[in-house]
Amino acid sequence: MTNSPFTPGIVPARLDGRVLQENFSDLHAPLDAHEALVAADRCYFCHDAPCITACPTTIDIPLFIRQIATGTPEAAAKTIFDQNILGGMCARVCPTETLCEQACVREAAEGKPVEIGRLQRYATDRLMASGLHPFARAAQTGKRVAVVGAGPAGLACAHRLAMKGHDVDLFDARPKGGGLNEYGIATYKATDGFAGAELDWLMQIGGITLHTGRALGRDVTLDGLCAEYDAVFLGMGLGGVNALRADGEDRAGVRDAVDFIADLRQADDLARLPVGRNVVVIGGGMTAIDAAVQSKLLGAENVTVLYRRDRGAMPASRYEQDLAASKGVRFVFNAMPVAILGNGAVTGVRVEYTRAEGRSLIGTGETFDMPADQVLKAIGQTLEDAPDVLTIAGGKIAVTGPGRTTRKGVWAGGDCAAGGEDLTVTAVAEGRDAAEDIHDSLMG
Amino acid sequence: MADLSSDFLGIKSPNPFWLASAPPTDKAYNVVRAFEAGWGGVVWKTLGEAGPPIVNVNGPRYGAIWGADRRLLGLNNIELITDRPLEVNLREIKQVKRDWPDRAMIVSLMVPCEEQAWKAILPLVEETGADGIELNFGCPHGMSERGMGAAVGQVPEYIEMVARWCKQNTRMPVIVKLTPNITDIRYPARAAKKGGADAVSLINTVSSITSVNLDSFSPEPSIDGKGSHGGYCGPAVKPIALNMVAEIARDAETRGMPISGIGGVTTWRDAAEFLALGAGNVQVCTAAMTYGFKIVQEMISGLSQYLDEKEMSLSDLIGRATPNVTDWQYLNLNYVTKARIDQDACIKCGRCYAACEDTSHQAISMSPERVFEVMDDECVACNLCVNVCPVENCITMERMPAGSVDPRTGATVSDDYANWTTHPNNPAARPAAE
Repeated sequence: MTNSPFTPGIVPARLDGRVLQENFSDLHAPLDAHEALVAADRCYFCHDAPCITACPTTIDIPLFIRQIATGTPEAAAKTIFDQNILGGMCARVCPTETLCEQACVREAAEGKPVEIGRLQRYATDRLMASGLHPFARAAQTGKRVAVVGAGPAGLACAHRLAMKGHDVDLFDARPKGGGLNEYGIATYKATDGFAGAELDWLMQIGGITLHTGRALGRDVTLDGLCAEYDAVFLGMGLGGVNALRADGEDRAGVRDAVDFIADLRQADDLARLPVGRNVVVIGGGMTAIDAAVQSKLLGAENVTVLYRRDRGAMPASRYEQDLAASKGVRFVFNAMPVAILGNGAVTGVRVEYTRAEGRSLIGTGETFDMPADQVLKAIGQTLEDAPDVLTIAGGKIAVTGPGRTTRKGVWAGGDCAAGGEDLTVTAVAEGRDAAEDIHDSLMG
Repeated sequence: MADLSSDFLGIKSPNPFWLASAPPTDKAYNVVRAFEAGWGGVVWKTLGEAGPPIVNVNGPRYGAIWGADRRLLGLNNIELITDRPLEVNLREIKQVKRDWPDRAMIVSLMVPCEEQAWKAILPLVEETGADGIELNFGCPHGMSERGMGAAVGQVPEYIEMVARWCKQNTRMPVIVKLTPNITDIRYPARAAKKGGADAVSLINTVSSITSVNLDSFSPEPSIDGKGSHGGYCGPAVKPIALNMVAEIARDAETRGMPISGIGGVTTWRDAAEFLALGAGNVQVCTAAMTYGFKIVQEMISGLSQYLDEKEMSLSDLIGRATPNVTDWQYLNLNYVTKARIDQDACIKCGRCYAACEDTSHQAISMSPERVFEVMDDECVACNLCVNVCPVENCITMERMPAGSVDPRTGATVSDDYANWTTHPNNPAARPAAE
């Protein structure tokens, strides 16, 4: 350890290697067999269960929990994967507190929902540890489908298509598949290379060829894909990042939170990752929380999240806010950056308080300066390089029904497609449903 | 996925999970939904003779006991046989069987103990195309006061007589449903066999009072301040049912007679246990009444996974444990075990100590540091410590190897099999066979 949390500037090794390892280990330890049985026992096996309705992928949650309770976690996992082939990752990253667990009748009754997320992880981990893939491919159809983007939407789509006997070419711009599972999730939510392991496990279905380093618009074109394949699915996510539109945004030390998180995820040695002493994160979504918490865990002395609206409006759940607070992250609400201060490198952020006036937000005129040597922007991502022929709605690819774009033979899902929350689990559902629709259209 | 298709008395069903004769099988609406959910068959709720339908109480019919988290452990009912007109039931049975030909459709019957009554109803049932009949000799409440149900099932001669009437008057397979409210289940089972019945099903419900209201002093369920004993079922009765199934499966006179196992089947595991003890299929009621028809999905997936893991077929499982049920006198007295406490797993609650010290053999020591250890020279291997320990597998029973000396008795452990029949302390001991 060469530096400390008090070392000025953006430097690596603020904490001892052992502390870093501890900080970035599993956020929630997996349930052991006994804990899983006790947790499963709390499920009431509700009729037409609210948790199922709340799950974007409609997993039969009471059934899988009962299968855990009766000692068949492998069957439980099959129930999960039937609906959500990335059920392992979703068990780790889903904001269950706003989805299934919020809907759980025991949340309403006692404020203590059945621990659905952890139980899902227990089941899926058990099956994946066996190395077995519980699905077999149908007879080959001879149809070929191009899937662009090997993130949650693309993977779910590719798996479902391959299972139905189609051949899938899966293209991704990055050097590894997995999309945000590989590059965008907080490290402590997907430890031990889980995203990569899940990808390998998923590919066991066969019939999927992954082509990495192939970006749409650069290495392949939609016209080219449409000419070569029977159908195309676009699930390349959002490649761009919104601009801050504050003076000094180009100062050294200001960067996109998604890049900061991606570096973290790909780091071989956390002790070599530089982080500021005073980090200011701008934004209010999960990316902001993940960047802020991880900055703190890397050893930043002060980490502040600036959010322009009030706490209730924050996209990140109260649960995530509290998690961040428990790690020492400070929240400043109703505040926006008006200038990035410094002389070359950033030294601070000038912040102005805001208030809502009708639907719009206006500065109150009251400002203050906070010291910062690193500023992470987490104010939303944008669609980049969308093919011109597609209709764009609200900055995303317009779709109807199960992901049909305005061009025949082209489907889209996940963050790049309009509609739905930008969640891993939503992307999985959209990819899966598009695959079913592609299948119907190819075989119909 | 293992093949779960079942053949019971030649009656085919896609799986061995049938719904027992009870409220869930009282009408086409329920039965169709059950089939849609995946149940392999149903025993239609008991039909009575033609005429004015049965009248039920208009207050509560069920009582229950629960675990601390309201898990329903036992259910008690005072409902009678179907209270819908005979012709309506028959019409619906016929329609459902026609619409669901691959599912088992058994019709439960209870008419007065007169041959003419049985002769009258059997052709009507046969005409529906049902696969078989089940004679309800089990219901312990209400109908038994009128000489039916358990009143028949408690008299082996009646069982034999009615079973014979039915066999003589129908081509349909006859299943006799037995009441557990007797002293020895083998006698009614033997009677059913003598009467020519094709199978027995058991257990029907156990006579019970689930609780007493300590303010009104009425038994529950309370009907205007009074209660009547009901029929108890659900997870709580499973051990009683398992024993009765095994008794019939291993009895010299009834061995080989098909058994439909009933009593607290809630999960695939319960079903597998009934099958292993000799039941050819299982019937379920309380679990469906507690959780809905959908639970059959877990039973199907669980049993299938189990059979796959064991590389067994369904028929391999049936009766697999029956030969291991024996009389006490044949248990191996040279099988010597001692309790072992895994100190790493122990959470130092001391329940094993309290149980052993206060109520058993004073064979566990407790140190000032709360370390609990088994004293082999006192341990009789009773298993109570294992049963009261809150940590699974923390205390286990380990067999002493042959040749070692049991410090409690000073005797060298033998690997020979020796039981009570030859034990020197047994006044009636016979010398071991030469």
